[in-house]
Amino acid sequence: MIEVKPVRRVELSLWQKTYYPELWKGMLVTSRHFFVNLGRHVGRSLGFKTKPARVTIMYPEERRPISPRWRGRHRLMLRPDGSPRCVACMMCETACPDLCIYITAGESPDGRVEKYPVAFEIDLLRCCFCGLCVEACPEDAIRMDTGYLELASYSRAEFYVDREFLMHGSILTTHSQYAGELDGRPAHRIDLVKLARGH
Amino acid sequence: MWLDLGLIVGKIAVAFTGIITGAFVLTWAERKQSALISDRIGANRAAILGIKLLGLINSVADAMKMVFKEDFLPPKGLRFLHAMAPVFAMFPVFMTFAVLPFGPPISIGDRIVPLQILQLDIGVLYILAFGSIAVYGVMLAGWASNNKYSLIGGMRATAQMISYELIIGLSLIGPILVYGSLDPGVMATAQNEYLWGWIPKWGIIVQPIAFLLFLPAAMAETKRAPFDLPEGESEIIGFATEYSGMRWGMFFLGEFAEIVVLAAVLATVFLGSYQVPFLFDGGEMAGLAGFHFPWGAYVPLGEWVVVALRVFSFGFKVLVLMWLQMQIRWTFPRFRYDQLMRVSWREMMPIALLNIGVTALIIRLVS
Repeated sequence: MIEVKPVRRVELSLWQKTYYPELWKGMLVTSRHFFVNLGRHVGRSLGFKTKPARVTIMYPEERRPISPRWRGRHRLMLRPDGSPRCVACMMCETACPDLCIYITAGESPDGRVEKYPVAFEIDLLRCCFCGLCVEACPEDAIRMDTGYLELASYSRAEFYVDREFLMHGSILTTHSQYAGELDGRPAHRIDLVKLARGH
Repeated sequence: MWLDLGLIVGKIAVAFTGIITGAFVLTWAERKQSALISDRIGANRAAILGIKLLGLINSVADAMKMVFKEDFLPPKGLRFLHAMAPVFAMFPVFMTFAVLPFGPPISIGDRIVPLQILQLDIGVLYILAFGSIAVYGVMLAGWASNNKYSLIGGMRATAQMISYELIIGLSLIGPILVYGSLDPGVMATAQNEYLWGWIPKWGIIVQPIAFLLFLPAAMAETKRAPFDLPEGESEIIGFATEYSGMRWGMFFLGEFAEIVVLAAVLATVFLGSYQVPFLFDGGEMAGLAGFHFPWGAYVPLGEWVVVALRVFSFGFKVLVLMWLQMQIRWTFPRFRYDQLMRVSWREMMPIALLNIGVTALIIRLVS
């Protein structure tokens, strides 16, 4: 049984339908804002202590406190010896709803772990910063740092971040710098991954 | 002969400077006023050597940007008309100002010089004529863009212009009947008369309904919110979509100039033009220039002080009306197109006609 809730349209009274009186009421509201704020600005510039006339945060100079739960940029956590904590289990890649994580696994030189990420790339432009990769990770290898607001760049390529960037937060390293680790496989798995996933 | 020519050129220069300055200030006021209304700060970043002038430098930066922006012509667009459309949109606006007096007639030596570029017996018709020509620019812009949406934007503008030009014409008939003249100069002089000796016989007092009809109708002519259906900046594809850089800027400079001119027309017809209540010059009061209050008080003032006060009062009224139009623009939501048409044809027109009838009847009964 579908419950029907009739939505009653609010009928305007004749007074409201004449339009003009209601318009002037609106004008009173905006004019009050205008004159009160103007008075505050003038008062401030003359050196009086008045209430601030704005709610604007003057962004680059003034910053709003960021919540500690804010999910900013990704970070790959390190072991004490500096190698990535990631074991290339592909859990985050699987959990990612945007399919923006691309991992290439390789055999780890460290005998205690089986695999390690030869390439770990995130397309930040696809990422929706949902944090599911962080939830999915069994090794606590991927985290999202709080405090990062300015994810801005002049090119799309710079948003395609690689393992070195995620580990050290440094500027982008080129693939050629660790191409030797790739063991003959293509450094850019992205096209293959896209083909396999049908997008 | 040379003196006459010099005077005319001088008056044109004053009027032109006035409009351009007004339009320039409006580009700044548009941003600052909207900011104040919504508790923001507004333009405050551009600076020359650290001097921001309350954001006025932003207007300069805007102008610089527009001048150096790419001038785009769509493929298969009509080059000549595309280039000329902004001119057609701006030119009539400046022409309109010619018949509006911005001060009282002044006497230089033995000649009397009216502070009005063109003393025209059909001044109001002239204003209406140039007001209607202004839409040609918009229509041509839509047509020359080779873009059917721009063309539709131009068509919307034309339909809107016709609908509201009608209201403007009808609402101005009331004041014309009251003052018995089509010359804005005569209208200005007539507004220094007083009802029962103490109420200034300004247009807004003898013709309040005409004022309430003229204000929105004239705002619809400037194509600004709440009547900005031809352009509708971000939501509706308007006539100026295919325009960039300074050509686009000219459309909007024209729009701002239109606001200044509109404020001047409103002040002239409805707010006593350059008149200040109870201020008379020597010619009107047997050589006793100054304030003559109805309860007998008399404040003597020099002849030139009276002139200065009157010119100032005109400028002040224009400024207040410019502010009012900005405030309206930032207060009211946009009309839907059918509402726009309905307001004009079915609601404002009967009231305008009724106003004319009642005015004519009263004038017949009084005289």
